[in-house]
Amino acid sequence: MRAYFKLNFEILYWVLIAPFLGKPFKITSVLHEMINIGVQAIPMASLTAFSIGLTLAMQGAHELAHLGATSYTPNLVIVTLLRELGPLLIGTVVIGRSGSAVTAELGTMKVSEEILALQVMAINPVRFLVVPRFLAMLIMLPVLTVFGNYVGMLGGWSICHFALDMNTTAYITRLIDNAQPMDLYSGVIKSFVFAWLIITISCQAGLEVEGGAEGVGKSTTNSVVTSILAMLIANALLTGFFFFFE
Amino acid sequence: MSETPIIEVTNLVRKFGTHTVLNGITFKIEKGDVMIIMGGSGCGKSTLLAHIIGGAKPTSGSIKLFGEEITTMTDDQLAKHRLRFGMLFQSGALLQSLTVGQNVALPLIENSHVAPEIVDLVVKMKLELVGLTGFENLKPAEISGGMKKRVGLARALAMDPELLLSDEPTAGLDPIMTAVVDKLTLDLTRKLGLTAMIVTHDMTSAFRVGTKMIMLGGAGPKQGTIIAQGTPDEIRNCKDPEVQQFINGEPDGPVALKLSKSDYLSSLLHEPEL
Repeated sequence: MRAYFKLNFEILYWVLIAPFLGKPFKITSVLHEMINIGVQAIPMASLTAFSIGLTLAMQGAHELAHLGATSYTPNLVIVTLLRELGPLLIGTVVIGRSGSAVTAELGTMKVSEEILALQVMAINPVRFLVVPRFLAMLIMLPVLTVFGNYVGMLGGWSICHFALDMNTTAYITRLIDNAQPMDLYSGVIKSFVFAWLIITISCQAGLEVEGGAEGVGKSTTNSVVTSILAMLIANALLTGFFFFFE
Repeated sequence: MSETPIIEVTNLVRKFGTHTVLNGITFKIEKGDVMIIMGGSGCGKSTLLAHIIGGAKPTSGSIKLFGEEITTMTDDQLAKHRLRFGMLFQSGALLQSLTVGQNVALPLIENSHVAPEIVDLVVKMKLELVGLTGFENLKPAEISGGMKKRVGLARALAMDPELLLSDEPTAGLDPIMTAVVDKLTLDLTRKLGLTAMIVTHDMTSAFRVGTKMIMLGGAGPKQGTIIAQGTPDEIRNCKDPEVQQFINGEPDGPVALKLSKSDYLSSLLHEPEL
């Protein structure tokens, strides 16, 4: 736990203070990691978001049909997506795809003495390896979440349009009428917090690997489990927080 | 000698729990020396090296690099100090995500503000030095173990260090390549005044390049202490049976063949150990 907070402080130092002392991080590596973490996750994130929008609309329409209120399906889809399921599921996808990969990569580097070699070359591993991944995650997870929200809306549309015979214009108007800016903001703030948790937990787990391939495996499992747990707790807290402050 | 020694280790002790790995190690390396650290597997050679590069903190004792105490240094001070030496790791420890050329260029790009053209030039020169010109664009996964080690050496030399630390530089190399690496070490130290500290098991290579030697004790009460120290000739003529066993490569002697303390027969017959 102490090591985790120490890592957080080191990251903040290298991001916020060191660049002004003439020790910058590399923008190119940040871009490189943004492609790894963000761009390459688009297919998986789209698939998840689409299927969630679709199933939400299906379930919602089924239940709302009892009340004769199927026309409210878009309202249900948009609020659930923006506030809860969008950030949470995209976060889960990114934990599975990138969080685990970051832990495994850093862990393997630790085991094969690459991190020690960096230190001996007077290259700080936090600046060189962690900071680019941290910034990339902080930028890309919210971006992916917003993107996922749109794809989810498309999933909802496919049900509303083909199964409920709803007019596309009506669907879009209902979405726009019912979504408040705060719904979007709360989702994006959540995904920002998730990004912070995911990447710091994954990097920390990677850097403390010991004991060969088995250690890498254990740490990777640990990092995924801890990330998901931390994300769920943070989600509950933030949902409560947003209810309280509106 | 009036000059400050490059490395001065005084009474270094390191314990892991109750197990003492290094026990009162004391030695000096002067400028231009090629110090060979020998000893059986598990005698603490790598631990000693880890302490000298500042990767581990000793239980007690002092380590001075270039005349300055490193055991009490902050990370920042240590980083500045580390620019003055290069280290060759046993496995090469190249970054897998970078090409050979980028690996060699890494310390230059990260630690100095040299123009890219100069970096390119230095990379070519260092790779030529280890006979790997033309391999710049391959990934470490695409070259052999021996080549990785040579790239590691080129990287260690990229910053033109005053001190070269090598962890088994010739293990896993064929005899010809071993001779090449030895000749390179000799050239660098004899002609350019580089100081080197080499951890090795390879006796041929050790006697070829070494000007000073230290042998660490393996098993028993001498574990983790220096059992012999001196020039290659002194080591060769050393009467200590453990030293003789080691440099002549005999299977049994003071260092027993068997590492296990329990009785073989009783373990076979499942008798409880005493």
